[in-house]
Amino acid sequence: MNTAARKRWSEVLATSPSFLWLAALFLVPTVLVFAIAFRPATIYGGIGEGWTLDTLRSLGNPDYPAIIWRTIWLSVVATALCIVLATPMGYYLARLKPSRRQLILLLVILPFWTSFLVRIFAWKVLLHPDGIVKHALVALHLASPSTTLLYNAGAVLLVMVYTELPFAILPIYAAAEKFDFSLLEAAKDLGASPPRAFFAAFIPGIRVGLLTAFLMVFIPSLGSYVVPDIVGGPTSEMLGNKIAQRTFVDRNLPHAAALSAALAAAVLLPMCLVVNVRRGKARVEEGQGLPSIEGGL
Amino acid sequence: MGEFLEFQDVSKHYGGVKAVEHASLSIKRGEFFSLLGPSGCGKTTLLRTLAGFEHPDTGRIFLNGEDITDLPPHERKVNTIFQSYALFPHLTVWDNIAFGLKIARRPKAEIRQEVEKMLAMIQMEEYAYKKPAQISGGQKQRVAIARALVNKPQVLLLDEPLAALDLKLRQRMLLELDLIHDEVGITFLYVTHDQGEAMSLSDRIAVMSRGKVEQLGTPAEIYEAPRNSFVAAFIGDTNFFEGTVAEKFAGDAAGTTAQGTLFGEPAKDYSRLKVDGFPDLVCYNDKQIREGEHVAVSIRPEKFRIWREAPPAEHAYVNVIEGEVEDVIYLGAQTKFWVRAGEYRLCVVRQHSRYLLDEKPIKWRDHVWLTWHADDGFMLEHYREEDEELMQLPPEEIGETEEAPAAGAAAGGEGGAAE
Repeated sequence: MNTAARKRWSEVLATSPSFLWLAALFLVPTVLVFAIAFRPATIYGGIGEGWTLDTLRSLGNPDYPAIIWRTIWLSVVATALCIVLATPMGYYLARLKPSRRQLILLLVILPFWTSFLVRIFAWKVLLHPDGIVKHALVALHLASPSTTLLYNAGAVLLVMVYTELPFAILPIYAAAEKFDFSLLEAAKDLGASPPRAFFAAFIPGIRVGLLTAFLMVFIPSLGSYVVPDIVGGPTSEMLGNKIAQRTFVDRNLPHAAALSAALAAAVLLPMCLVVNVRRGKARVEEGQGLPSIEGGL
Repeated sequence: MGEFLEFQDVSKHYGGVKAVEHASLSIKRGEFFSLLGPSGCGKTTLLRTLAGFEHPDTGRIFLNGEDITDLPPHERKVNTIFQSYALFPHLTVWDNIAFGLKIARRPKAEIRQEVEKMLAMIQMEEYAYKKPAQISGGQKQRVAIARALVNKPQVLLLDEPLAALDLKLRQRMLLELDLIHDEVGITFLYVTHDQGEAMSLSDRIAVMSRGKVEQLGTPAEIYEAPRNSFVAAFIGDTNFFEGTVAEKFAGDAAGTTAQGTLFGEPAKDYSRLKVDGFPDLVCYNDKQIREGEHVAVSIRPEKFRIWREAPPAEHAYVNVIEGEVEDVIYLGAQTKFWVRAGEYRLCVVRQHSRYLLDEKPIKWRDHVWLTWHADDGFMLEHYREEDEELMQLPPEEIGETEEAPAAGAAAGGEGGAAE
């Protein structure tokens, strides 16, 4: 065996465990979900024999367009808010002294050490009609005593931003940390005011981080289920809730699978688009790797 | 305040560190002015106060009669070439150069015309649509220059612009910078730690050390007439002698007459120095150093003449000492000798203006005579022992070069100057 072939063989050997893992636990289930969407349901909650397009047709339910629309706009707004909040945060983190930076980064990831569910229930306590936030807002005359803070789209959005924010901060910080801050000085030197320099030099400089933050926040947001289930009401249901209902309440797996497939398509489509754009850019620029979260810590 | 660019008593401290202390400079319009000093001497800080990236703690900066001390960087008519070039990686060469003009909202046609003019000047028209990652270091350097010059700054600031280039490219860019300065005619403020760059490019140099301007002058003034031991040792090679002034007498610079027999009113401008282990040395004394006072003299290596046999007796203005060759470094155009003379180890450079192979060369362990003219030694105003560390003495023992500077200082006495 020549060295090139041996090298190739060792590469295959080294990467095959992760490939097998991905194939068995990611690719196969995804294909199964798509396949089940074309199966009939049985009354016992099982999957029937044969193939049918009935389930797909049932997606024409007039409730769905409103829910899909709500899922998309909530995700878009939550993602935008996360990026808007995380960008200055990433900037200041990157400029901080390393000792300080470690402390703040620790604070950013500290919530992960508490159960996700507990944190969302904590928000429920805060936003409760007798909760501290409500009382504070009423005391400040920012809300009337009859305002409800819970069980609406606003509450869902707030808690979604809260849960997703670290996933935006980390990749943006990772990119900002690699950013050459002399570029900001160069922009100012060439006549750009500080805000102008920020948008002309810093934002393009961290665009890989912004893109990663977008994917890291937008995709999980689309699939949100727990947040709207706990702090949302019937008017703020998202597609994730519908999928759960079809699975656990109606015990109609093909219907749930069809909804899941529709959501997966909604996620994959923009991702393919982004990947294509990035590949085009990567050809132009070298050394602009995707910053991983690990790299950020 | 008539000068084009003035630093008046500028100081900048970072915590307890005094980066710049009471620096005052005036720079003429169109001048190529260098700030030269070792790293940490405050030269970059001073440049950054002019660019607007640092605000001086005290002092004012005037540009063209206007006090610009409190202006933010984007309102100053100066542009900077950064050490790392700081080209925008997401923009093409063309867009990088156009950046300043676009910010200034110039008309599109004007931008195109100006950018193309700059591209032609740096001869990079064919690279206009490449990204910075696709061009070489020297090309990036040129784009950085074009990006700054296209804005027609009143002063171009260059912060160690050649430091990131390899030696060959550095030498070429050095010549190019000189050409560009001649072509655009604007004032250049050039920051470097490389004395070669500063000497070859500058009209005037300010030598800095520990936040202070040690000396300001033309390259030749700084080389030939260093004010103190720092300047003498930092710029080029030198030798120091320390002694006391034994006698002052009048003389004539040409030195063709015997001592003290000048006609007319004798100006007491020569001194006889007592130096341990040597016959009395004669040195030109343009300082107000009185008899009995301690003084240090700097003599550049090329001022010595090295002889294989005792030199013919000349006149009283020529100093003669004897020594033994400890080291010979042949450099082609010249040879560097290290000569042990008493407690001193002297660096001597001999320029080979004649065909070398016809000569009987001076070799290791040879007994030699060194002569130099009284006018070629230069008395220093200040002498600091630690400046000897700046001199590049060859190690006396294997491994010595790796020792800590403190150990080097202890051994330094055996080197150029008295113990």
